[in-house]
Amino acid sequence: MTVPEYTGEDYDVIVVGAGHAGSEAALAAARMGQKTMLITLNLEMVAFMPCNPSVGGPAKGIVVREVDALGGQMGKNIDATYIQMRMLNTGKGPAVRALRAQADKNAYHRVMKDTLENTPNLTLRQGMATDLIVEDGECRGIVTNTGARYRAKSVVLTAGTSSRGKIIIGELMYSSGPNNSIPSIELSENLEKLGFKLRRFKTGTPPRVNGNTIDYDQTQEEPGDKTPNAFSFTTKDADYLQDQMSCWMTYTNEETHKIIRANLKRAPMFSGVIKGVGPRYCPSIEDKVVRFADKPRHQIFLEPEGRDTSEYYVGDFSTSMPEEIQQKMLHTVAGLQHAKMMRPGYAIEYDVIEPWQLTHTLETKHVKNLFTAGQMNGTSGYEEAAGQGIIAGINAALRAQGKPGFRLGRDEAYIGVMIDDLVTKGTNEPYRLLTSRAEYRLVLRHDNADLRLTEKGRALGLIDDDRYAAFEAKKQAIEAEMARLHSIRIKPGKEVDDFLASKGGAPLKDGILASDFLKRPEVSYEDLAQFMPDHPAVDRRVIEQVTIQIKYAGYIAKEQQKIDRLHRLEAKKIPDHIDYNAINGIATEARQKLTKIQPETIAQAGRISGVNPADVAILSVYIEQGKIAKVG
Amino acid sequence: MANSITAYDTIAAISTPPGEGGISIVRLSGDEAIQIAQRVFKGKDLAKVASHTINYGHIIDPTNQDVVDEVMVSVMRAPKTYTREDVIEINCHGGIVDTNRILQLLLSHGARMAEPGEFTKRAFLNGRIDLTQAESVMDLIRAKTDKAMQVAVDQLDGSLSHLIKHLRQDIFSVLGQEEVNIDYPEYEMDEVTGKMMLEKATEVRDHLQQLMKTANQGKILREGLATAIIGRPNVGKSSLLNYLLHEDKAIVTDVAGTTRDTLEEYVNVRGVPLKLVDTAGIHHTMDKVEKIGVERSRKALSQADLVLLVLDASAPLQSDDRELLKATKDKKRIILLNKTDLPAQIRPANLEAVVTDDTLIIPVSILKTDGLDRLEAAIAKLFFDEGIENSQSNVLVTNARQYGLLAQAKTALDDVITGLQNDVPLDLVQIDMTTAWEKMGEVVGENAPDELITQLFSQFCLGK
Repeated sequence: MTVPEYTGEDYDVIVVGAGHAGSEAALAAARMGQKTMLITLNLEMVAFMPCNPSVGGPAKGIVVREVDALGGQMGKNIDATYIQMRMLNTGKGPAVRALRAQADKNAYHRVMKDTLENTPNLTLRQGMATDLIVEDGECRGIVTNTGARYRAKSVVLTAGTSSRGKIIIGELMYSSGPNNSIPSIELSENLEKLGFKLRRFKTGTPPRVNGNTIDYDQTQEEPGDKTPNAFSFTTKDADYLQDQMSCWMTYTNEETHKIIRANLKRAPMFSGVIKGVGPRYCPSIEDKVVRFADKPRHQIFLEPEGRDTSEYYVGDFSTSMPEEIQQKMLHTVAGLQHAKMMRPGYAIEYDVIEPWQLTHTLETKHVKNLFTAGQMNGTSGYEEAAGQGIIAGINAALRAQGKPGFRLGRDEAYIGVMIDDLVTKGTNEPYRLLTSRAEYRLVLRHDNADLRLTEKGRALGLIDDDRYAAFEAKKQAIEAEMARLHSIRIKPGKEVDDFLASKGGAPLKDGILASDFLKRPEVSYEDLAQFMPDHPAVDRRVIEQVTIQIKYAGYIAKEQQKIDRLHRLEAKKIPDHIDYNAINGIATEARQKLTKIQPETIAQAGRISGVNPADVAILSVYIEQGKIAKVG
Repeated sequence: MANSITAYDTIAAISTPPGEGGISIVRLSGDEAIQIAQRVFKGKDLAKVASHTINYGHIIDPTNQDVVDEVMVSVMRAPKTYTREDVIEINCHGGIVDTNRILQLLLSHGARMAEPGEFTKRAFLNGRIDLTQAESVMDLIRAKTDKAMQVAVDQLDGSLSHLIKHLRQDIFSVLGQEEVNIDYPEYEMDEVTGKMMLEKATEVRDHLQQLMKTANQGKILREGLATAIIGRPNVGKSSLLNYLLHEDKAIVTDVAGTTRDTLEEYVNVRGVPLKLVDTAGIHHTMDKVEKIGVERSRKALSQADLVLLVLDASAPLQSDDRELLKATKDKKRIILLNKTDLPAQIRPANLEAVVTDDTLIIPVSILKTDGLDRLEAAIAKLFFDEGIENSQSNVLVTNARQYGLLAQAKTALDDVITGLQNDVPLDLVQIDMTTAWEKMGEVVGENAPDELITQLFSQFCLGK
């Protein structure tokens, strides 16, 4: 029986799906003054964490700070709901330090839902989008399963793993979104009808156990940090959580591996049941045991899921083995011998839209005013989703306002690296950000995300006056301190020489600038401070910036040179809708790839695999000459 | 993540065909052309001279301040140049050896070896040539740029490519581990320490240095070991030359030289190709113009990889002899005590006071072809034993592209080493380590995009 349709309210922007991408998208659009609706399958699953209860880590943590600097919510939300905070890679250099928090997953959901409910211009609604209203190649709204037709100037889809989701546990397979939620079937079908190319990906989650049944004595405690840190620029040190919860580490062993090997034929990953492509960086435990057969044990992290629950996430133990086997596997692990499994791990297959069908603004090339973000674009991870969500939301709002799009470059943000990778190369597995994907990671640090992006957020209307004032004050303090260190001279003398000798450094011959003194590897800012007269109190975040900018100036300059080169190539725009067939001399493979990807700049064209320097050269010639053959 | 687009970096190449005319030109084009030239130029400050001027000076090797050649440098600033970029042309005295050395100096000071046709390519990329002209050469670029890489890779000596792959794997063993440590800090993995990285970087750097030395031998195999026969008048230089030329050893004769008004002649001594430099000088001295003897020898010296210094053993050592002995002190040389058929005034022992190093001294009678076997054996030994075989595994770097890339890799490793010695954090040093790995990958054609990430996942067990 068909449900009769009715006309719902009109919006500027509609966002479908209230996960980590959708929440950011809707908030950004609403905050930019657009009348926005956020529609999702189940309001109890707003900003839900279906996998590990944590936010941040290498690369990902930097994305959270980038989202925050653009005026997004993820940083604030995790700062309000974490139960443990740790700075990772502290022994390494500034470029790769990363903040990671364990989240109280229920609180995380509640606080985000509360924020959405209380944001002006934003309507949060439960419902299922089944179709898009597309007229003249433009998306003009959505249709829901209850028959509502909502019209909008632009639409953002963030359907996540719900798209024709299928859960697999051993021999059991059923249609489902994450954590037994209802899947979205019709929307996928209608996207295919519109001509979008979809593909199947697979991801998985480990079992959860009751924390009361873990023998912690057999595990190793992993506590949080005492030194305050936060994701958001706006969070105060004074609010740092003292009473943190620990994680616990244990290992698989030969017994665990024996059970896995004995039951591989029942593992859907190996029996051929799972067709979707899984991520290499997030393999299931059975995958690890098979691929790295010589490793006698694998690490497992037991992570609390929150304060008001006893559920523990068994990290690094992702599996889609039959439930019965999962229990047996768990019971071989030190500390889990008597653990009660509360939810089995599962694999989930879902549809993704091949991301090369998008532009850098995350708008689809095929249907105007339609944007997609998050796991639906082939990524994995809450942070990757949030990073895309805010960009899609910003651009949906800009489109609704009739303004040009907003994009971030590879040299500006990890978000820029991620989106460029997706739209330029596509992805053959769920895409996770890694620091090794960023060629300019020394300038894309977590500590300078605010300096990189706050002004952009401000220009978009996403940074309020108070915060902007605080940001400008910080910026000025950094400049002032830099100028000061470049003007004060440190004179040689017994005190200085004794200090240098104690650090194994050479004595000073002449007086040198404080900045040059700080450049010495053995000298920290605090060391320098004691030799400067009238040293004023300087904020630790200012000290951090000044230290990095001075100590690593040579490396930063080297990276900046590469960035300058990138900029020149990016300045060479490729006009829309080029007919690549009309350009002589381009190799066939390159012609096909260029036609498919439709790169926007010469720089991007050069990053497409299969497009060689010769093809780029020839393309450049045509563009330089302004004699471009256009399609139609 | 190697960017396949290299446009706008500074490229260098020898732009005159070898063997044509007395002057060779090494050309640089790109933003850094002037700075790079300045790094190896002694003369006016090229950054300050007016555009389109020619400037006299010397090319020096900054590592040891050796003067490589006396040159004229043309400075042409963008946009009124062939490529519409800053262009430098170094006019040198020719001689493939010196010209190549200048090119190699530029390559190790920031320039990249130009691909075939790349100057022309830049010219029309920068809009200097119109589309019609461009189209007509497009097939050419297509053919050249696509194939250049493959050809270069194909030309690779099997053992060179094997060695480089091996060295890359050495780098990756710490590079990959460190990347994994950065991206997966909570995992128990072997920590990469600065010491480990320093050891690897030093080890690989030293290998590269060795390899780069072989560039000379590779060049020698193709172009001949530049050999100067010197000595004061009438000691037997011309007899030696004639001996070498007439014993069916001459492979090329009377090639109009690339040096100024000199002749080069090629002979093959027991498999070692010798390029005899300034044979004209020797011929001249045969005529009657005696006074130029020593002066001339000095010039020949500067171009030589090997010096055959001829002394007349039947006469006491003269001041000219002493001067030549002194002038050849730092060269690879063999001293010939000629005229053993006459009563000896100099014996090898007499030379001990003036020749303090282990220079080979061979008594010969060129007239009676006596002792010349020993000379031939000595040349072969010098070349094969102390040359190729000493440099590990017979690996040769044979072209300037390989050399340029290896030079860049070596510079990156030098930066790694300096960084580590200055306690720079590993992940910063890692930037240079990655550059070295990528440049070496380019030599063997292995630098696919995302190679690092693919390698990481295939070699490490990662995951949440």
